[in-house]
Amino acid sequence: MELVWLIPALPVAGFLLLLAVGRKLDEPFAGVIGTLAVAGSFLVSCVVALDLMSQPEEKRQFVQTLWVWMPVGSFHVDFGFLLDPLSITMCLFITGIGALIHLYSIGYMKGDPAFGKFFMYLNLFVASMLLLVLGQNLLVTFLGWEGVGACSYWLISFWFDDKANATAGKKAFVTNRIGDCGFMLGTFLVWVTVGSIDYVEIGRSAGAVVGATATAVALLFFLAATGKSAQLPLFVWLPDAMAGPTPVSALIHAATMVTSGVFLLSRLSPIMEHAGWANDVIAWVGAATALLAAGAAVAQNDIKKVLAYSTVSQLGFMFIAIGSYNYTGAIFHMITHAFFKALLFLGAGSVILAMAHEQDMRRYGNLRKYIPVTFVTVGIGWLAISGIPPFAGFWSKDEILAGAWAVDGYGPALWAVGFVTAILTAFYMTRLMIMTFFGGVENWRNPELLADAEPEVPLGADADAVEGADGTGAEATLAHAATATDTHDDHHAHDEHHGLTPDHTPVESPTTMLVPLIVLAGLALIGGLLNLPFSHRLHFLKEWIHPVIVGEHELPEAAVLWVLAIVAITGAVVGIFFAYRVYQQRKVDPAKLEKPVLAHAWYIDDTYAAVVGGPGEAAFQGAADFDAGIVDGAVLGVAHGTDAAAKVLKPVQSGIVRTYAAGVAIGTVALAVFVIMRMGF
Amino acid sequence: MFALELVLTESWYLVLAAMLFSIGAAGLMIRRNLLVMFMCVELMLNAVNLSFVAFARGLDDVGGQAVVFFVLVVAAAEVVVGLGIIVAIMRRRQGSTADDISLMRG
Amino acid sequence: MGAVLGSEAAGSRAVPLLAVLILLPFAGAALIGLVPRSRSEFFRPIAILTSVATGALSVYLLTQFDRDSAAYQFTIDHAWISDLGVRLHFGVDGISLFLLVLSGIMFPIAILAVKPHGDQKAYYAWMLVLMAGSMGVFTALDMLVFFVFFEIVLVPMYFLIGIWGYGERVYAATKFFLFTMFGSAFMLVGMIALAVLHQRETGSPLTFDIVTLATDQAVSTTAARWIFVAFAIAFAVKVPVFPLHTWLPDAHTQAPTAGSVILAAILLKFGTYGYLRFGLYLLPDAAAWAAPVMLTLGVIGITYGAICAAMQKDLKRLVAYSSIAHLGFIVLGTFSLTVQGITGGLLVMVNHGIATGALFLLVGIIYDRRHTRIIAELGGMQKAAPLLAGVFTFVMMASVGLPGLNGFPGEFLSLLGAFKGGRWWGVVAVTGVILAALYLLWAYQRVFHGPASGGNATMRDMDLKEFAVFVPLIGLIVFLGLFPGPMIETMEPSVKALVAHVQESSDNARADQPDIEKADVDNAEASASEHGSGTEGSAGSGASEGSSSGSGATSGEGHG
Repeated sequence: MELVWLIPALPVAGFLLLLAVGRKLDEPFAGVIGTLAVAGSFLVSCVVALDLMSQPEEKRQFVQTLWVWMPVGSFHVDFGFLLDPLSITMCLFITGIGALIHLYSIGYMKGDPAFGKFFMYLNLFVASMLLLVLGQNLLVTFLGWEGVGACSYWLISFWFDDKANATAGKKAFVTNRIGDCGFMLGTFLVWVTVGSIDYVEIGRSAGAVVGATATAVALLFFLAATGKSAQLPLFVWLPDAMAGPTPVSALIHAATMVTSGVFLLSRLSPIMEHAGWANDVIAWVGAATALLAAGAAVAQNDIKKVLAYSTVSQLGFMFIAIGSYNYTGAIFHMITHAFFKALLFLGAGSVILAMAHEQDMRRYGNLRKYIPVTFVTVGIGWLAISGIPPFAGFWSKDEILAGAWAVDGYGPALWAVGFVTAILTAFYMTRLMIMTFFGGVENWRNPELLADAEPEVPLGADADAVEGADGTGAEATLAHAATATDTHDDHHAHDEHHGLTPDHTPVESPTTMLVPLIVLAGLALIGGLLNLPFSHRLHFLKEWIHPVIVGEHELPEAAVLWVLAIVAITGAVVGIFFAYRVYQQRKVDPAKLEKPVLAHAWYIDDTYAAVVGGPGEAAFQGAADFDAGIVDGAVLGVAHGTDAAAKVLKPVQSGIVRTYAAGVAIGTVALAVFVIMRMGF
Repeated sequence: MFALELVLTESWYLVLAAMLFSIGAAGLMIRRNLLVMFMCVELMLNAVNLSFVAFARGLDDVGGQAVVFFVLVVAAAEVVVGLGIIVAIMRRRQGSTADDISLMRG
Repeated sequence: MGAVLGSEAAGSRAVPLLAVLILLPFAGAALIGLVPRSRSEFFRPIAILTSVATGALSVYLLTQFDRDSAAYQFTIDHAWISDLGVRLHFGVDGISLFLLVLSGIMFPIAILAVKPHGDQKAYYAWMLVLMAGSMGVFTALDMLVFFVFFEIVLVPMYFLIGIWGYGERVYAATKFFLFTMFGSAFMLVGMIALAVLHQRETGSPLTFDIVTLATDQAVSTTAARWIFVAFAIAFAVKVPVFPLHTWLPDAHTQAPTAGSVILAAILLKFGTYGYLRFGLYLLPDAAAWAAPVMLTLGVIGITYGAICAAMQKDLKRLVAYSSIAHLGFIVLGTFSLTVQGITGGLLVMVNHGIATGALFLLVGIIYDRRHTRIIAELGGMQKAAPLLAGVFTFVMMASVGLPGLNGFPGEFLSLLGAFKGGRWWGVVAVTGVILAALYLLWAYQRVFHGPASGGNATMRDMDLKEFAVFVPLIGLIVFLGLFPGPMIETMEPSVKALVAHVQESSDNARADQPDIEKADVDNAEASASEHGSGTEGSAGSGASEGSSSGSGATSGEGHG
């Protein structure tokens, strides 16, 4: 167990090595180094996990303090790791999926001039994520939290030539920072109440945090989670983040970083237990996010955008679970979602590469003939996310829905929202499958469809034009309209419409890309085994995590579970069938469903852009003008006033001696009179 | 056929000094010719000298008379410098008056 | 506690280190003055040697510093103007130590990094005089000596900006000089008032000695408050605090690169150091009384400075406003009157110096290449100058306060202290982190990202010589971000003593003091006594402080 420090240390070493020599290495070497570092980390995680499993249940907690970080009076924070079932589970899937994505990237990023830099950032990202989950106190977690945010910024704006990418990266970072305020304030509040920000201490003295304080802490950390895990109201950065290379979207914005919020709230379950109505807020915000995002996904034409909104929606599910005190459900879904969402993203990347970097699904069609391996693996991912048994997604989603049903008071209502979302999920994923792999028509062969330039540029903020103006439009760039970055994986080597011509023949991706797909497909298939609800022994994940989590509520009894499961499966099938009718059989006009309000994600992002770009920016400019005009004006006013006064007095100095003499005389007389008067007679 | 008794007391000298001083001060303020202004300054200085001597005599303190020497020396030095400046000014422009020399204005 | 504060470490060194520290740069400047202009190749080496020697000496001082004592060390105490009670009293404690070392590090770097155009002789001489003045300010323990050094640095800075600066340099230099002098006038009055009133109250002979005045605390409450206001105005101009800050953007923008670096890294810290030494230490009760106002001004600085920074069109001016924002954190931490806040403030002082100094050097390089600082004329430079972009990113992240880099511990602790000592001020101040990310990332994006054209596409990247100057700065940024522990522990005794001193004196004056946490004094006393007792002690104190912090929290809430 002492080896736990190696888990983040290996990616750090990889990062440093690549920082030093990454640029000079020939192509696959940087990728190999990166992959080996993370794979090594995975191996160590397995060893440590096995070691932990061999311990009796009470002893499964190991704290390794590396050094004293900030010893400031009663605020004493060490830099160290907390190894327990929760953190090692996170490590396992972070490093496992991370290694697979590194391998995939060797193929995907082939030919990119900044190949080495990419892996450097990826390694740094994995290292930060590991610090986040292994941290022994809130501050080490925060270090990882911000670290992944920074890496996300760098990786989203990786192809920085394109202004849109740069804007998206900046938007992600700044939006996350809003959440980080919540994190910091929550940390402060915890320290002031408990006296320590160590997780072990928090667990021990949970009784100190009750009532209004606990609610406040929960809400503050939830604010942080809405930023990092892309919930209402701070989710707007995630669709834009698709501007980054696809492996980045897979690793960061599907499997790992976005789960940080879920992890954080699970870690703080001792406080969440007493948080009262904060949990209701969390559950309902999660539910609303899930539903709204699923709606938006229905109308997206960019394949990555569909998956982005899908991620937001699935994260909403996880927060429904957290809010209903169903931490196991949340973590289970986090893991299965990592499997199938990474699979879907990597598969999408494979499709994008095969289609010469085209991302608009309206130009796809019938691709199953050309890229069969991709087709099969993505298909498995599709079934998993739609919630079809025995694939992994069914088990985890169902556990969440069951837990939601069991909540006092509004349980069934919460379940209903989740259920509708699940149907929508099945619908839009099937839509994606059909438009990409089926449909009978190979749309890119039709020159008319190819010639359409950017039909998705939004009606609202013309962000590029606003950016172009020299430095004005600060906030408009901050809240860049969501669909404006429909622009593609802007690969250096390829130009507009990325070489997609009517006679293009898609080819399957190289093996380095296919192997991860196959592995992930396998995991999506069997992932459910982690936590089967049929008996306590099979409910492995729950038993494993249980000692770490406080205040978990029980699921409903078996009969209810069966009924809910059957209803859910029915709903999924209905969703799939309906999508089939619309897109394959063309019995219903898609335009009736793909309304603009959905395509623009309920205009939430557009509203932000308008507010921030309009009154927001005006206020900022007003402040700057106030400073230059009024505050500085006061200073200059003093200077001018002095000048004016001087000008008034200047005539006294006429330079004419006689006037001076007269002055002296009068003064003397006055003085003499004064003295004589004072002296009296 | 009346005989006026004129006893010159100290105050006569002081009155004389005052009159001389005022004439000098008035002249300094009124006249514009540089040389005349200078002569007025001298007049004032000597008026002060006179009053110093009168008081010295009256208060029986030699110190007053010693001060006169200081004043005389200072007056002499001042005359040297001042006349030099006046001559230099007069050379540049004939007929300059005090009002024309205003280079030291603010 | 007063005894601990005022006492001086026994056994001052045989060689008066502080005197050497101050006189060496003066000597260097004099030496440069003596070398004739015909031998101009000597100026730079002399300047580099002198500044490096002084810097090395300051680092040596750091290693010789006694970590466990809160007293003044390496003291020098010599009579000067005995009739006025002015003595040459110098000393270092945990609070001023790191500012000394910061000066010792930043001056050589500033001198090395930039070769001035124009008259080299005067330039290097003035830089060395600045260095000597800085050393003097941070070590002076006599009010008039402090004032002398405080004012001495104005003259070199005026000339540096006015002669070697950019377009509007004379305007900026004059504004800087007059504005600062205006503030200092108030300070002088306050100092004299304090000395005279002290003499009147205690009947002891007139003295300007800081330690004596602080220990005696003889002045009446109202008088102390007026005097504090006088000092506060002077330091408010220097820090700068809204609304007396408008000299800073002009001075920074028009100053030559090295001048900006020194101005940001060192000169601004005179003000914040002044608040600590003359505010909290000398007039603690008044400082506690003024804390709400100062906290508000700090918060305004953080937010308003960042907002104005975001809208600047000149890159250097943007960095200048960012300094205002960062110093807002220092003011916030200082006037939270907590151990965490004050430590945070000191950390920000040092770390801001390093990070913003580096930023100004980078802007200098950009100007050197492109001859413009206007953001609209720059763009897409990352492609042509990746090394420059990389270093800029790194330093920018340090300035934003990314954990793991040096900006974070200070900012975090300042906010923590503010939250503890004045809850709602802390809450509003936290939003400053959003704004910091906003203006810096947006500036970076406009300057480095996007397509490049014209001069931006063909510019020369940072070469190795230029990069060499950044290596120590980068090293420090990483080191102080991950290992601030030793630094914190070195300052700890002095900071704790200061907080206890403030607590004590305010208790004497007033019964209820909702701003200051009673808990912290208990913690300060408890921790000070168990300093060095290892993990056991800290675990135990953690538990007891948990409960006392709990009661502290409620009293804080009562106020908040």
